[in-house]
Amino acid sequence: MKRAPVYLDHAATTPVAPEVVAAMQPFLSEVFGNASSLHAHGREAAAALDEARATLACVLGARPGEIIFCSCGTESDNLALRGIALAMRKQGRGHHIITTPVEHQAVEATVQQLRDVFGFDVTMLPVDVHGRVDPDAVRRALRPDTVLVSVMLANNEVGTLQAVQEIGSICRHAGVPFHTDAVQAPAWLALDVRELHVDALSLSAHKFYGPKGVGVLYLREGTPYMSPLTGGGHERGRRPGTVNVAGAVGAAAALKLVARERQQQARRLQTLRDRLIDGVLASVPGARLSGHPTERLPNHASFVFEHVDGESLIMALDVEGFSVSTGSACSSGNPEPSPVLLAMGIPREWALGSLRVTLGYATTESDVEAFLHVLPRCVAQVRAAEQIVF
Amino acid sequence: MRVVVAMSGGVDSSVAAALLVQQGYDVVGIMLRLWAEEGRDASGQPHTNRCCAPEAVADARAVARLLGIPFYDIHAEALFRQQVVDRWVAAYAKATTPNPCFACNRYVRFGFLLQKALALGADYLATGHYARVEAVQGEGGTRYRLLKGCDAQKDQSYVLHVLGQRELARAMFPVGSYTKAQVRELARRFGLPVAERPESQDLCFLTQGDYRSFLKRHVPEVARPGPIFNTRGEQIGTHEGLPFYTVGQRRGLHVRTSSDHSEPLYVLRLDPSRNALIVGTSAELGTRVARVRAMHYVSGEPPAEPLRCMAKIRYKARESAGWLIPRADGSAEFEFDAPQRDLTPGQGLVCYLGDEVVGGGVIT
Repeated sequence: MKRAPVYLDHAATTPVAPEVVAAMQPFLSEVFGNASSLHAHGREAAAALDEARATLACVLGARPGEIIFCSCGTESDNLALRGIALAMRKQGRGHHIITTPVEHQAVEATVQQLRDVFGFDVTMLPVDVHGRVDPDAVRRALRPDTVLVSVMLANNEVGTLQAVQEIGSICRHAGVPFHTDAVQAPAWLALDVRELHVDALSLSAHKFYGPKGVGVLYLREGTPYMSPLTGGGHERGRRPGTVNVAGAVGAAAALKLVARERQQQARRLQTLRDRLIDGVLASVPGARLSGHPTERLPNHASFVFEHVDGESLIMALDVEGFSVSTGSACSSGNPEPSPVLLAMGIPREWALGSLRVTLGYATTESDVEAFLHVLPRCVAQVRAAEQIVF
Repeated sequence: MRVVVAMSGGVDSSVAAALLVQQGYDVVGIMLRLWAEEGRDASGQPHTNRCCAPEAVADARAVARLLGIPFYDIHAEALFRQQVVDRWVAAYAKATTPNPCFACNRYVRFGFLLQKALALGADYLATGHYARVEAVQGEGGTRYRLLKGCDAQKDQSYVLHVLGQRELARAMFPVGSYTKAQVRELARRFGLPVAERPESQDLCFLTQGDYRSFLKRHVPEVARPGPIFNTRGEQIGTHEGLPFYTVGQRRGLHVRTSSDHSEPLYVLRLDPSRNALIVGTSAELGTRVARVRAMHYVSGEPPAEPLRCMAKIRYKARESAGWLIPRADGSAEFEFDAPQRDLTPGQGLVCYLGDEVVGGGVIT
């Protein structure tokens, strides 16, 4: 009998928690109104949306009016970057953007378009070998015409945490809007937008036990913004389009859940994560931890292996019943290593062999032990195959 | 025993996978995403390689799900471009007519994909080719013979002649002992949703027009006009660029015909040194001796003596009898009993002893 595969890819997505499903249920069936309609059906939906917005605002330390619902984390990043940069430029504030080479593609590609199509000037901050940005480098990069700084809170590929609070404080002092992609964080870290000094913060519900297809943008009141999407007056014109009420309710229920669970889970999983990291480094030759050893997400372990094809390794582990990831979209048939790993100075022959193992609330010690039991053999098998030249 | 099946969403590879599952193997399906020319079709959809269009990926995934096997689609566009398309273009630029399937089987399927299979802990790589492998136990260990598929109409051993002992030791061709009709029947019996899929045709990476327009778009420098000579050395026309012609071709030659040229004219030779096309009559067409470079012998060894055998000079050609004469420098000559009308430089010449593939090389 084959046992069920073990899921160790929580940075990709998480299961929807039963209490989240329960909260969403009525809005997938009987409560179907459009929250913009003025009649009874609409009012019922609007009330649910108000409540969801208030819940999210409360957990994040924001005001309800500062919460915008959208369709995913990528959209949230897009709205923030394009919305703020274009509004700032329209006000004549300049056209300079500061970001990092380790951002998620949602930020990276949007900034690239703002540069290539919209003519913005972009400064890429350097990162150290752990993928961290020096807040002082932000200070030095700021110019009178800087209109936006975007630095992610926790890296999806290597789990490294950035000094967002300090960077936020520098930007606030300089009067420059600061956005952070916090998509990987809510299930593990407390997020308070006031403490973080952020003007915009992006979340995605499915990364914290909520449904897919729901993004959240926190946008601080008074931040210059023009909606990159055009249409009706939904979300006070900041994100036109009929709001996904069930999704918004699900996101709120999920954030409430993780706010309750995360401290205890983070403590438990950090121990398991460290056991995993120690086990991998001890049992697999030619292995390195990628990302910061301590300033990293408590559930996140990522490695690079010398002379290992990362994609083959993921497939070999899948065949053995473990769902894990390389952490990037790299593929051995189109061998371009992850730009994030290269930016951290990881050599190409290591960067092609990346592995990301991300634990979740349901992960047990025996899952980790079983994984550690199988991994060295899989790595050896992939390495051996690469030695054969046909 | 674990087997990786190269799946394409087509009926042959789907039945191959189903047969292996039925035989009790631990089967894993892999589909390679191969390069196709960029561009969009009339409805604005981006072109994809014919072997791995989105619908084909969905079909393969559906088959894998039905069979309960893991399935991966792997991007190999850059590899395919480099190992297959670039080589193919380079061969045309040298005024030869290459067959890209050789490089694909050699470097992509039984190179890259076989390596992937071993990395997955597989013992074999299976494909949906109509061919067979036979293991023969001998004193020196096991030898592997590459045999024609049982369906003479569908036999694909020609494009597999590039495989050697190491590849064949790991190769399985589960549909090779069936006819196409039987394979379609098996697909229906297994309940595979791909039983009625049409045959794939033509070069998989061409998305618009034929290979000539592809070459014009990608290597415009090959479209270099030059003289057309008859066998007496008289210029009787102008060609559009050598890669657009193949030996034996009759149509598309714009030549002056005089009284003594009332007979139809055929391409006899391409002469890249003078960028010239040599044409002549049907009677002048035909060569008895083929020169073949880079001979590859399936056994790993050339025959010690000239070998009386059959040869096939393109995928759909009939076999012709003659003598294979291996040379010490790795080339060979093949002396046909009767002249061959369309010996085309760049195509493969593959030798057979009965059903067995002896080996092959590239006609020069």
